[in-house]
Amino acid sequence: MKELSLNILDVAENSYKAGSRLTKISIEENGSALTLTVEDNGSGMKADVLRGVTDPFFTTRTTRSVGLGLPLLKMAAEGTGGGLAIESRHKDDFPDSHGTKVSAVFYTDHIDCPPVGDVVSTVVTLVQGHPDTDTVFTHSKNGSVRVSLDTREMREVLGDVPLDTFEVLSWIKDTLTEQYSEIQ
Amino acid sequence: MKSLAELQAIKERMQSKVVLREGTADKRVVVGMATCGIAAGARPVLNAFVEQVNAQGLTANITVTQTGCIGICQYEPVVEVFEAGKEKVTYVKMTAEKVARVIEEHLKGGKPVVEYTLSNNKI
Repeated sequence: MKELSLNILDVAENSYKAGSRLTKISIEENGSALTLTVEDNGSGMKADVLRGVTDPFFTTRTTRSVGLGLPLLKMAAEGTGGGLAIESRHKDDFPDSHGTKVSAVFYTDHIDCPPVGDVVSTVVTLVQGHPDTDTVFTHSKNGSVRVSLDTREMREVLGDVPLDTFEVLSWIKDTLTEQYSEIQ
Repeated sequence: MKSLAELQAIKERMQSKVVLREGTADKRVVVGMATCGIAAGARPVLNAFVEQVNAQGLTANITVTQTGCIGICQYEPVVEVFEAGKEKVTYVKMTAEKVARVIEEHLKGGKPVVEYTLSNNKI
């Protein structure tokens, strides 16, 4: 993956696939530490599955037996002196609070740290592909939220107009681009 | 400054169009968005389809959707085109630049762009 925004896209796709109704994506910068978090309320994983997810030869895909998403993210994070943490609660064991949280810490002053990249495209792509679920995105710096989007608020205004309507996707792109331009 | 009020205006514009949008799309463009596709550059390909299909006013006939791994990761980004009554066409090693020709010649003109297809790529 050439940029962290592609890792976010890749990890978040797993959340939607797990049936998440609300997927929260955050980027938090504190000094040189940059934390990516994807938290969902999907089906969650049992302990034996959770132990295997960073093994490249473990995967849920059915087309072949290699899965590289989380192993790539782990390798990229560890390559900067950071790391990956995954917590998960399976729906059988936690019927009211199931879901998965993936957090990766990168150190941006390390030479091997990839650029954050085009996060706006990632958010637009996720909403386009999963318009019937909700997505919350925040980017904060040193504790204060600088860029945010919450499809639940959008849905309140839009009513039954689908989130993947082109004009709505354009609005998402424009509002995020505008918010990013103000913090550069 | 972008505001939620603008979404209200979009809603009002859309409501008159909603009837037209439903159930008439007979062509489906499906972009593979698993790890393999994403790493190979599927995101700009998907967004190019979404933007150009809309810009040309084709949303009533063409839907653009995402799927997981199709199983031919070495050919990613992979795009499949489904059309009622016709055989599926699989485009491989797609780029955002190739999208315009697929829309013009295949989705509008009815003739698949053979040089971009899987069957035209040597294994």
